[in-house]
Amino acid sequence: MDPRLEIVSKRLAEIEEIVPVVSGKGGVGKSIIASTLALLLSRRGREVGLLDLDLHGPSTHLVLGAGDVSPREEKGVVPPEVHGVKFMSVVYYSRHNPVFLRGEEISNAILELLAITRWGSLDYLLIDMPPGTGEEILDVIRLMGRSSKFLVVTTPSKMALETVRKLLRMLEELGVQVLGIIENMRTPRSPPVEEGLKGFEIPLLGRVRYDGDVEDSIGDVDKLLKTNFAKDVENALNSWISSSD
Amino acid sequence: MHEWALAEGVIFTALKAAEKKGAGKITKIRVRVGELQQIDEEVFESALREISRRTAAEGAKIEIGREKSTLKCSACGHEWSFEESRERLGPEESEAIHFLPDIVSVYIRCPKCGSPDFRVKKGRGVIVDSIEVEA
Repeated sequence: MDPRLEIVSKRLAEIEEIVPVVSGKGGVGKSIIASTLALLLSRRGREVGLLDLDLHGPSTHLVLGAGDVSPREEKGVVPPEVHGVKFMSVVYYSRHNPVFLRGEEISNAILELLAITRWGSLDYLLIDMPPGTGEEILDVIRLMGRSSKFLVVTTPSKMALETVRKLLRMLEELGVQVLGIIENMRTPRSPPVEEGLKGFEIPLLGRVRYDGDVEDSIGDVDKLLKTNFAKDVENALNSWISSSD
Repeated sequence: MHEWALAEGVIFTALKAAEKKGAGKITKIRVRVGELQQIDEEVFESALREISRRTAAEGAKIEIGREKSTLKCSACGHEWSFEESRERLGPEESEAIHFLPDIVSVYIRCPKCGSPDFRVKKGRGVIVDSIEVEA
């Protein structure tokens, strides 16, 4: 009997809503959207956690500028608070080194992270997932699928939409809830994303326009939250919250 | 996993298993701990005792067995143990593996060919091997 399996549900027991942020392809802005949503929710006075489960390419610590803090040992591990967000990432243990993990080790590392982390009481736990339909997403569904509501990020690119359709079919087949889709990096010449998503009855929560200023705000959350990007993400958040009411 | 979190998982698992058996009291818990966890056995045992207080596991005999590790290189097939590589680790690296044993390949290389691509065949994790109960 693996004791971690029993303890995970206890660790997540005081979390109102678990939101894995997923994408079909990498590079669509999933991590920065997950981080911005966490910051915006926190600024609205909500208790928020952000868990970076992109084990091979964690990056949300860069968005938050979470360099100088570490988890605290206390009957497990208590995530540090970064700009009001309780934050946990494999990067605290792998640091700046590349992570070499295969299938079973990925599952074990996820299980271990979930078993040691004491989030306490949260309104929202956002999870920055790795792109695609691999090991990590199956583990999240296995370990917390019933209480999770997935948020899908895509760009209007045909390549991104092709992978998103597969991702949506997978989520549908596995019977998990999908909150909606956020379209990122929209340009005036982008075709309507709805065309690529015909046949799926999933709400489009918002369109986030391409914003060249975002890169300069990585690591500076005050600057990030003043960008047009953050304004568009906030509109998507409003749609999410009003659709949940 | 930290000793306390580990102990909490063990007691929680044992209590659930006893409940399934319809047992009123747990008399013995056998736990197997992988070498990679690098746990402090004394701290672990005292955490087990503390957490089991006022539960059906209070006073249960606790047997902790250690499992030696076997690491196997996917590139050259060489097998070795964590112990052999441990002395080359700094305290921070060792602590990182203590919390998250699966990231061992971030800090250790195959002693024969230098590859970071290896598998932990044995010696990770914590397993509740068995429990003994009475009605």
